[in-house]
Amino acid sequence: MKLPMTRYIIRRLLQAIPLLFLISLVLFVLMQNVGDPLATMSGRTPTRKEDRDRLTRQLGLDKPIILQYLYWLIGNDWTKIDMNGDGVAETPGIRKGVLRGDFGTSIVNRGVPVTKVIAARLPNTLILMLTAELVIILGSFVVGIYSALHQYSLVDNLMTGAAFIGYSMPIFFTALAAIYIFAVYFKRWGLPSLPTVGMFDPQEGKTTLQVIRHMILPVSSIAFISLAAYSRYIRGTMLEALGQDYVRTAKSKGLPRRQIVFIHALKNASLPIVTVIGLELPFLLGGAVVTERIFAWPGMGRLFLDHLERGDTPVVMGILMLIAVAVVIFQLITDVTYAWLDPRIRYK
Amino acid sequence: MVEPYMDATLEPSSKIPQLSADEIESPPLTLWQLTWRRFRRHKMAIAGAITLIMIILYSYGGSLFVSEKYANHNDTKILLQYPSAKHPFGTDTIGRDILARTIYGGQISVLIGLTAAIIEVLVGIFIGSLAGYFGGLIDALLMRFTEAVLTIPSIFLLLVMAKYFGGKIPNISLFGRVYSGSVVVIVLIIGLTSWPFLARIVRAEFLSLKENEFVLAARATGTPTWQIIFRHILPNSVAPIVVAATLGVANAITLEAYISFLGLGVRAPTATWGNLLQGAYSYIDQGAYWLWLFPGSLILLIVLGINFLGDGLRDALDPRSRTV
Repeated sequence: MKLPMTRYIIRRLLQAIPLLFLISLVLFVLMQNVGDPLATMSGRTPTRKEDRDRLTRQLGLDKPIILQYLYWLIGNDWTKIDMNGDGVAETPGIRKGVLRGDFGTSIVNRGVPVTKVIAARLPNTLILMLTAELVIILGSFVVGIYSALHQYSLVDNLMTGAAFIGYSMPIFFTALAAIYIFAVYFKRWGLPSLPTVGMFDPQEGKTTLQVIRHMILPVSSIAFISLAAYSRYIRGTMLEALGQDYVRTAKSKGLPRRQIVFIHALKNASLPIVTVIGLELPFLLGGAVVTERIFAWPGMGRLFLDHLERGDTPVVMGILMLIAVAVVIFQLITDVTYAWLDPRIRYK
Repeated sequence: MVEPYMDATLEPSSKIPQLSADEIESPPLTLWQLTWRRFRRHKMAIAGAITLIMIILYSYGGSLFVSEKYANHNDTKILLQYPSAKHPFGTDTIGRDILARTIYGGQISVLIGLTAAIIEVLVGIFIGSLAGYFGGLIDALLMRFTEAVLTIPSIFLLLVMAKYFGGKIPNISLFGRVYSGSVVVIVLIIGLTSWPFLARIVRAEFLSLKENEFVLAARATGTPTWQIIFRHILPNSVAPIVVAATLGVANAITLEAYISFLGLGVRAPTATWGNLLQGAYSYIDQGAYWLWLFPGSLILLIVLGINFLGDGLRDALDPRSRTV
């Protein structure tokens, strides 16, 4: 790799570090007021005061915010905490802190390390979101290119109208409409209906076929909206590319139409799309909160919501930092890829 | 033969600029007139504007026919009824008339959309203009801050802030109606999470506009900096700001619906289109389509109208377009 590019990458990474610190600090402070984690720990019997105090000390919630943040960041195994309430710190802490890879343990899932909690849900989200993204990319290219080639035809106008309506739809509209038509009505009309809840049927177990069947409705709901938006965008960039001089040259040279469209025009038209998709990818890690809620899909979005509502700071911070780091990395990858693909861009 | 106007010895007829014969036929149009003419040609934008006006009439005018008490009045004997003559949109899970609730819900949703967009525009312009005009360290710091906000997925940030501010802000009474404090919370958090988009646009505009000669002239005549920013450069960058603000309203309405749907938004009994959908998905199996169809369609219509309008505005306000 050329030296200026390497220097650029290093500079970006160095700039990202204070950014991540700032984000983590702001989020940590916001999380302080989000709910009392102890309120949900007691189950049905009210907690005794001594237990509540003990839990507060154990979880380190009695310390000032800045100290809690410090412990979260670099752990507390270099200091002692006061476990038995006598005012004297005697037990050495066991947390190593985020900077050494220890994200703490979940407050809601007592004692389970945050990384384990997240890792249990992450694949589910990835299956859903990556499939949706694939459908979106393929579908929008097909529709966009067709629309661009047949500009102002009937199909194009229909597609444009449908696209406008599509990307104006809120996600629950598509999701509920899909459930309504394909699950409820199909069942009434005796057609095989698509399942709407969860990832797999508990009786059948987590087989691939089950997951695929359960995935159809959520993926379609997500994909429909984004497909509408992207197909318009691709249509726009394709039209712009097809209007360029080099396409006219290629046509006058007598190149077959397929070659002109798919090799010359498409390559240039897809550059901005690469950027947009690349920047959107890390946000897939967050799942789609509303979709997951509607379809009861056990993903990161629901994980975030459930743990946020119960004030589980370590898990919520873990999710947010995971996404933040992913965003920074993907932004860098996207920029480098864009520079690699477009010879006109040079980073200093 | 020497043509008169080519002869340098001829005196200029007068120093006052005269309209030529051509110009007298079609008087010059002001910028706004040109913009309006370009806008008029967009049928979709006009349709969008009409849709918006109709929805606003429905929400605000409808409240003249239906009282708010009726909208919040629940009668559990008539819960979950199909749309009928008496309840054209059906009744919800505790027996409230959905038509009335969509009317009042519309008022709140539109209000939230507009005020959140205003906050977004104000914060965005403030930060974007400072970053774009001053450049250097201020620009770097403000842009890092902007990026920080953008790095966090907006739904997550909204949810965290909703929980942080939830229940903290008391109810307000304005014009005789009581607004739940959660409305203010929603407006604040949506405004505070959506501004980066606009700030970037404003900054880009300022970066390109500040190289112009009128800025140099203003500086040379000793115009104070804030005047240069707000009275000289800003009015020239109005076009993309207006378009972004319009789309921001649609975005705010949609976000409010999402958050209310998740239960963290506007609290009952105040109705918004979002929280009308809250219980809708648990009753899907019973086929209660009216619970989500009507509020959802209204959201769809208003967002669609705004999108069309924004599209038309973008083309109409484009300063590079010369067509009339």
